[in-house]
Amino acid sequence: MSAIERPQPKKTYADINYLLKEAPRKQHFITGAQAMAEAVKRANVDMAIAYPITPQSEVMHLVGDIYAQGHIKEYYRAEEELGTMSAIAGAARAGVRLFTATSGPGLLRGLEAIVSWSGHRVPAVLGILTRVINAPLSIQPDNIEMAYMLYSGAVMLHAENQQDTFDMTLAAFAITEKVDVYIPVAVATEGFFVTHAKGYVDMFDEEYALPAFDSVAAPVPAMDNETPPARIQRDAPVQKSNFMSYLIHAVWQQEIWDSNRRAMKYIYEYLGGPIEVQNPEADVFVVASGCAAAQAREAHRYAQEEGLSVGLIKVRAIRPFPKDEIRDAVKNAKALIVPEHNYVGWLCAEIKAAIPNGGIVVEGPRVYGGMTLPVELIMKEIYTSLGLEYDLKL
Amino acid sequence: MATEKKRYNIRISGLGGQGVVTTAHILGSTMDNAGKYASLVPFFGSEKRMAPVEAYVRASSEPIYEVGEVVYPDIIMIYHSQVVTHGKSYTMPFYTGLKPNSLIIINTEFDVLTKEDEKVLSDLNATVVQFDATGLAKQIAGTELATNMAMMGMLLGLTKLVTVEHIEAAVRERFLGTSFVASGGTAMLDSAIEKKFKKKEQLLEANMNVIKKTFEMADSVDITGSDLIVRFSI
Repeated sequence: MSAIERPQPKKTYADINYLLKEAPRKQHFITGAQAMAEAVKRANVDMAIAYPITPQSEVMHLVGDIYAQGHIKEYYRAEEELGTMSAIAGAARAGVRLFTATSGPGLLRGLEAIVSWSGHRVPAVLGILTRVINAPLSIQPDNIEMAYMLYSGAVMLHAENQQDTFDMTLAAFAITEKVDVYIPVAVATEGFFVTHAKGYVDMFDEEYALPAFDSVAAPVPAMDNETPPARIQRDAPVQKSNFMSYLIHAVWQQEIWDSNRRAMKYIYEYLGGPIEVQNPEADVFVVASGCAAAQAREAHRYAQEEGLSVGLIKVRAIRPFPKDEIRDAVKNAKALIVPEHNYVGWLCAEIKAAIPNGGIVVEGPRVYGGMTLPVELIMKEIYTSLGLEYDLKL
Repeated sequence: MATEKKRYNIRISGLGGQGVVTTAHILGSTMDNAGKYASLVPFFGSEKRMAPVEAYVRASSEPIYEVGEVVYPDIIMIYHSQVVTHGKSYTMPFYTGLKPNSLIIINTEFDVLTKEDEKVLSDLNATVVQFDATGLAKQIAGTELATNMAMMGMLLGLTKLVTVEHIEAAVRERFLGTSFVASGGTAMLDSAIEKKFKKKEQLLEANMNVIKKTFEMADSVDITGSDLIVRFSI
């Protein structure tokens, strides 16, 4: 369908703070994939690029529908995932707002390009709808792929449910384009448990959208195709082998991770902070991110009903990692329980590294390969941490 | 007793074609109609007739956060005796993970539990409600396709989670509404069952008659007694 045949929906452009906090919302019952696509619909996106290999979520399919409805300007189907992620970097040089989403093996196939985005100062939003990546082949949810993203330089948000997926995706577009950030923002959530399941999402009307991408408000200028020769490599001296090239690369890496840290103030402004704390005076905390936080929230409620001293810490931001916030929140805690949807326990490792007394961290419970994380497994760890018996019959 | 809890985690095991997933969807809508909360996880498996199918429903008077399969249920519904006798189930034995003081509803014409099963379930202080839901469906609605209505009616009659009016609204929405498709397979099943009835209203009425009958049956028994198995003659 050519651009001219598509409808041109009427839009009212509004500031991100108005959209996230003030615009009147209505409740919808939709899947996590729909929630991400609905956020993209309201983000005034210039270009979506994808080649969704199996396993996937419905996100890029739904974004294709949004393109047909005229909500976004271009949709380019790339050759495969490395092509997709490279095309995102290329399109960013022209100064446009970009979105793509991927899952599991597709993310790893595109990783070579993705880890270069931050250094190239690519302000793109990447949806990660997690799936198993390791053999034997499986298509089930398991968020181990997020471990491979931790050192990519990107800002990483982890959504608990369908509502988070909508709000975080929208906030991601605002954060990535801040001139003192200007690195990609990834919004991750669990495949199936969130992407394929319906939940309640409060959304403002689709007439509202973010203002157009401002290609001038950038730390590096967009490529000027009107004035050749265009600089393909932005910092050519880096390619030499001398002290200056090493220094430039070193400084550039420092700048990327500083940019990552500078995103924190926007995570506070748009999302209420990198962590949510319930029952701050508790002895035992369940610390979780993504849909493990939903299971942790349920465990927290059961524990409250049983009168146990248990708190909940939901980690919204994985990068920048809220070390100070977590250290402060758990300074009087006797035990931290970290439920995760992966084998390696990447969140557990991050938390241990953030606090001076890593010995209080309970490693798990963990499920992987797509398994459900029963709340009862978290309850068992809570009881054990409090010195109580918990009879978990299997 | 299981029927006094404010939150139910329900595991439904049956065979393809029995309306296991449909029941999960109707249960969800019924709770919604009653102003309560429900979440459901269909596990289609191999999606063919007589193959194992499981669905999971959480029902509560409060919002529900957790997701995924129900590993530790307080209510288990068995739609076919072969789930127990042939092990046609994703969980073996079928009561794996059952919490103490829980409820099991089994559709069967004959006793399916072994002495060992009975020992385990007695120790868990469970109650097993056993009746020929398929026979009842044939008797009242004239088709075994209403088996799921008999099972759902018995569940809601025993737990008193909602009223008959809430159920009727949900069943009406499911069969007379146009917006709902659980999967291509269940949509085909719908058209098959619709052919059995000239009018959709008749289909609805037949289903509701089955549900009302199971409500009466549920009211006629006391499941708080010491008997492990409560039987009905159809």
